[in-house]
Amino acid sequence: MSLGIAQKYIYITLRIRKTHPTQLGAMKRMNPIEVSSLKKYYGEIKAVDGISFTVKQGEVFGLLGPNGAGKTTTIEILEGLRKREGGEVKVLGLDPWGNGYELHKKVGVMAQGFTFFEEANPREAINYYADLFNVKVEPDEILRDVLLEDSVKNLFKNLSGGQKQKMGLALSLVNSPELLFLDEPTTGLDPSARRAIWDVIRGLKAKGKTIILTTHYLEEAEQLSDRVAIMDHGQIVATGTADEIIQKHGSAERLEIHGTEELANYIKANTELKVDYDGKGIISVAISQKIDALAALAAAEQSRLDWGEIRTRRESLEDVFVKLVSGRIDEHGEIKTEQKNRTTSDQGGR
Amino acid sequence: MRNVAGLFFGLIFPVILILIFGAIFSGNNTGEVTVYLQNQDISVPAPFVDISGNFTEALNSTSILNVQSVDASENFTQYLKDHSSSDGIIIPANFSLNYAMQQPINVTVYGNPAQSTNGIILGTVNGITNFFNLQRYGGSHIIGIDTATVGYESPKYVDFLIPGLIGFSILVSPMFSMVNISAEYKKNKLFKQLSLTPLTKFEWLASKVLFYIVLSIISFLLMVAVGIFVFGANITLTVWLIPFLILGPMMFCSLGMLVGTITKSVETASVIGNIITFPMMFLSGTFFPLSIMPQYLQSAAHVLPLFYIVEGLNNVMVYGNIGAALIDIAVTLVIALVIFVAAAKLFKWRED
Repeated sequence: MSLGIAQKYIYITLRIRKTHPTQLGAMKRMNPIEVSSLKKYYGEIKAVDGISFTVKQGEVFGLLGPNGAGKTTTIEILEGLRKREGGEVKVLGLDPWGNGYELHKKVGVMAQGFTFFEEANPREAINYYADLFNVKVEPDEILRDVLLEDSVKNLFKNLSGGQKQKMGLALSLVNSPELLFLDEPTTGLDPSARRAIWDVIRGLKAKGKTIILTTHYLEEAEQLSDRVAIMDHGQIVATGTADEIIQKHGSAERLEIHGTEELANYIKANTELKVDYDGKGIISVAISQKIDALAALAAAEQSRLDWGEIRTRRESLEDVFVKLVSGRIDEHGEIKTEQKNRTTSDQGGR
Repeated sequence: MRNVAGLFFGLIFPVILILIFGAIFSGNNTGEVTVYLQNQDISVPAPFVDISGNFTEALNSTSILNVQSVDASENFTQYLKDHSSSDGIIIPANFSLNYAMQQPINVTVYGNPAQSTNGIILGTVNGITNFFNLQRYGGSHIIGIDTATVGYESPKYVDFLIPGLIGFSILVSPMFSMVNISAEYKKNKLFKQLSLTPLTKFEWLASKVLFYIVLSIISFLLMVAVGIFVFGANITLTVWLIPFLILGPMMFCSLGMLVGTITKSVETASVIGNIITFPMMFLSGTFFPLSIMPQYLQSAAHVLPLFYIVEGLNNVMVYGNIGAALIDIAVTLVIALVIFVAAAKLFKWRED
């Protein structure tokens, strides 16, 4: 059902592209990233299965999805690190595979799991990159931008995970790029290190940089991105601002009732509402009309079971995300397996 | 058990080493030592027996020596130099006459005291000499042996060791480092990282080659300095050494890169690197002269790239045989270029 919507959405975007090519061409300034019908297969596996999106000047664009959704493959194709199977890709007007050499002079990239020469400190690394790019830089200034000025002389191997990522960010800034690719910039970091990286990224956005980042952390996408594309199984299942996605794919509101699983089952059995139980005492009911809330409460009252506090809230991006990719993502980006009805419905869709 | 290839080669590797050493040292039993012989006793007067001819035949029939006759008109020491050999025997003029007249006379054995072939030849000649002395004069000392060496006033073991060790350092340092670097960088995605800069993979490889050329030249100078100042070595240093010091590191740097590129894991790369390096190290005449090895190993040595470098260094530094060295340089150049181009082509900055 959700995939149906997504496909319709993709179909519509494709239609728009096809019917108004002149409008796109006539745009004064081309979008930094233009992707249409991008495909990448590894044998039988469709890592990226015909996705289309654009990233606009000055925005932070988040590619959100569980591990194996195709985020990294997509971003690496955009960076010119991988060859695409089909579709069109323009990054700063260049074909990333054919013009990788030109492109790398203009963009900054922090690859997933950034690593560097162990015996180099951040300042040396920046100077080395400055030599490679043949540019003059002030290492301390860059290190200040990425909040790494306290570890200037520590060797890479002695840096903490967060500091290593910051050094990766610092190196991606050496050639003063307008466009930055950040592939899972905070994966594996503790919450405080993650927040520090977020601060850096916000600072870069404030300086007017266009940023595309991949993440499997919903919060990260919500916190940083102007627009998000949710990827699953090589396809984009939703794109837009968080609000747009929620509006398009979410129900308007949810009613939450403190109660037991027994109560949740009772409500489910006696109404036609969509009822979820989170396993920790909160029953969540999707409300598409006001009367649904009354029906849910009536059922609760009728059950003669105990129930406590009630409240309503709008669906968050997380709710929509769970709905779209049919599962929560854990700390490592893997989909938790408790809800696995997806497999059957999903394969029909693909 | 995840790394089956690594395990396999890890087990195979010691077997290969045993085979190599076994083969090398079985050489004394099966192979013959090549020695150049100049018989200056060419015109034996009528009533006397051609003893020098008999002596030569006796040497030939030992099946220890492979005697190559050198025309009496040749300058013998020059001839040895031209053939990059230090092993030779001269039967002096009037040898047969003196033998018949019971006048003491000496054959001269040329050799490099640092090489085991010299001992083999001396022993054999000594045996034959004793046989001739015993046969006719009841053991009295008619035929004696003089020893001599080619090209050096006072040859020392270190003189002959230095070219081999230079060849060894040209092979080992770039090869092992590059196998490791290329496999490690691939594993740690450092190539991917570098590919995101304007650096091209060709530039990167070329810079590595350059680095190892400089390193090899420094190590060459150190070894020569230690050889000369500590051991008083007497070796020839000419510009003809330069091609080897450039092409050698280039060749093995690229070969190491190639090994790291085509293997899937760091462990496998290291084992394959060893399998290529160690046989080459021992079979190219680095530590042991080729002449002590069986014929098939000597032929096999000719396909090893290091062979031409060690042979060339010996030709330049020990024998002063530039003509032969030029061939070694040409062969080395071709191999180095082929391996370099293959490495530059095959190694991947980024994935497909």
